[in-house]
Amino acid sequence: MLEFTSVNFRTWAKLGQRGAFFGVAVFELAQKYPNLMILTADLGYLSGLERFMNQHPDKFLNIGIAEQNMIGVSAGLADEGNLVYATTYATFITMRSCEQVRHYLGYMQSNVRIVGSGAGLVMGFSGNTHYTIEDISMIRAIPNITILSPADATESVKVALASAAHNGPVYIRLTGELSNPMVYKEDYAFEIGKAVTIKDTGDITIFATGSMVYNALKATELLEQKNIHCRLVNIHTIKPIDLKCIAQANQHSKLMVSVEEHNKMGGLGATIAEELTSMGAKAPLLRLGIDDTFRHVGDYKYNLEQNGLLPEQIAKSIEKRILSI
Amino acid sequence: MEKSLELSTIGLANKLRVNSLEMAYGTGNNGSHLGGGLSTIEIFATLYGSLVKYNTQDAFNPDRDRVIVSKGHCVLAYYSALNYVGFISGEELKTFEVNGSFLHGHATRDLSRGIEFSGGSLGMGLPYAVGVAIAGKKRNRNYHVYVIVGDGECNEGSVWESFMSASHNQLDNFTVIIDDNKLQYDGESEKVLNLGSLQNKLEAFGFSTHNIDGHNVAQLYDALTKKAQGKPNAIIANTVKGKGVSFMEHKKEWHHSRLTQEQFDLAISEQPVIKTISHA
Repeated sequence: MLEFTSVNFRTWAKLGQRGAFFGVAVFELAQKYPNLMILTADLGYLSGLERFMNQHPDKFLNIGIAEQNMIGVSAGLADEGNLVYATTYATFITMRSCEQVRHYLGYMQSNVRIVGSGAGLVMGFSGNTHYTIEDISMIRAIPNITILSPADATESVKVALASAAHNGPVYIRLTGELSNPMVYKEDYAFEIGKAVTIKDTGDITIFATGSMVYNALKATELLEQKNIHCRLVNIHTIKPIDLKCIAQANQHSKLMVSVEEHNKMGGLGATIAEELTSMGAKAPLLRLGIDDTFRHVGDYKYNLEQNGLLPEQIAKSIEKRILSI
Repeated sequence: MEKSLELSTIGLANKLRVNSLEMAYGTGNNGSHLGGGLSTIEIFATLYGSLVKYNTQDAFNPDRDRVIVSKGHCVLAYYSALNYVGFISGEELKTFEVNGSFLHGHATRDLSRGIEFSGGSLGMGLPYAVGVAIAGKKRNRNYHVYVIVGDGECNEGSVWESFMSASHNQLDNFTVIIDDNKLQYDGESEKVLNLGSLQNKLEAFGFSTHNIDGHNVAQLYDALTKKAQGKPNAIIANTVKGKGVSFMEHKKEWHHSRLTQEQFDLAISEQPVIKTISHA
């Protein structure tokens, strides 16, 4: 039984979201769910599944570098009563096999959980083929799929457990580096579809998801030094989005901000903007994210900087926007 | 195949063909997928005539055989067969391609109707079938997985990914039947994308193969019952698109088309023995 203690949180943070998911949480799943199956498209070792494949060879299936087939095989296994997780890089699982995800998870509602690792810009010098800046937008437009995007390694473990208990297809988007900075130092309640308010004072509300929750948290600390106080909400479930939390922010904020490691088009910010438009936006929404272009390649920090997603850049953008209101 | 079974299977095929023509005619100006429906008649007749384990009263039985129709547009034959065995009633069959009906142009998964898989997008059924077959092995289930694909469908890369998977996982509870009718939308398969010898390719992929006349129920039966050990089975069923109707055979124009009353009457007059069908 996994224990949600600060000591464990620190250990998991060192493993990153992917390492905590496939190196820690899956053993709990294997114990709890005898029908568990984990599939990969030749990224078993890279995903941190070595220990799992050795301990549970009967629950592990390497399909080879054939992502489309992997999603189909996963669906067949799921419809025969298995709890199926399929994983490879986010770019390939959502885009190489996009129609398969639509067909089996969306249309047929096969109970498959797909786990995309290395989402956003973290793949560094592997370049744009390995970056994933479109996945939220694409998967969000497919009916019937829940989208989860954990903020840190601890939340990645929580997402693993919650997704197993969830009934229905899920896309899990893993972001950040091998060493994942901790957003959560103490245990907290996680529920699919219910956003977590991390900071609750101030008349600016920041919605952040995935790796950007930590950067936004750091940004709020920088802004506090200038006496600008922000609320911070972790949107770990992008679909279905927590409408209550958006409505509440809309009532009580003079500025709303979205921060994501995803194209500004179609992602978290766009989702919130759609909902705000429907409910009647009472304040502007500043959307921070990746620019709609394929940039020159660099390491993770360079890539974030190019898109204004480092904590000090996020703080500066917010400060600039609030001064113009 | 015993002679009596052969005769009754041929009789069933005739029934399914007449029924398919009636369904097609019933769609009026909308039309339906006639060519690829008629090329699969004997395949469905052989499967549902004597081979497939099913129980309409216990449709979800975990040991039922899984028939996965990947070339989802062959519904004329497929729905006719499901009607014959009792999964779809005659009244329901009349709602084929009627707004809001569950019987559309590509079958949609509905286990209570004996439909395992949602077809329509080519290259989707095989990977799924591999998953179902692996699950059967893992759970020591005694079912066999039959997948029906088209030769045109074999243009899709995902088909070959799953062939590799079936072989790698030694799925001898898995049989793919290729309805090799040698025509696809834009014409002769050989001219659109020449696949060469499907049998040689599948042998090279590690399958046990049979290359047969897909309208000969005895050959189909023999091929379907000779299952290999430790490797998946492939049946290349050489068929004729539009089989059984003189003016449709080998004509790509009949891939999807409508029937005038004159054409319908002519098509029916060409059918042997059984001129009407009693629905289950």
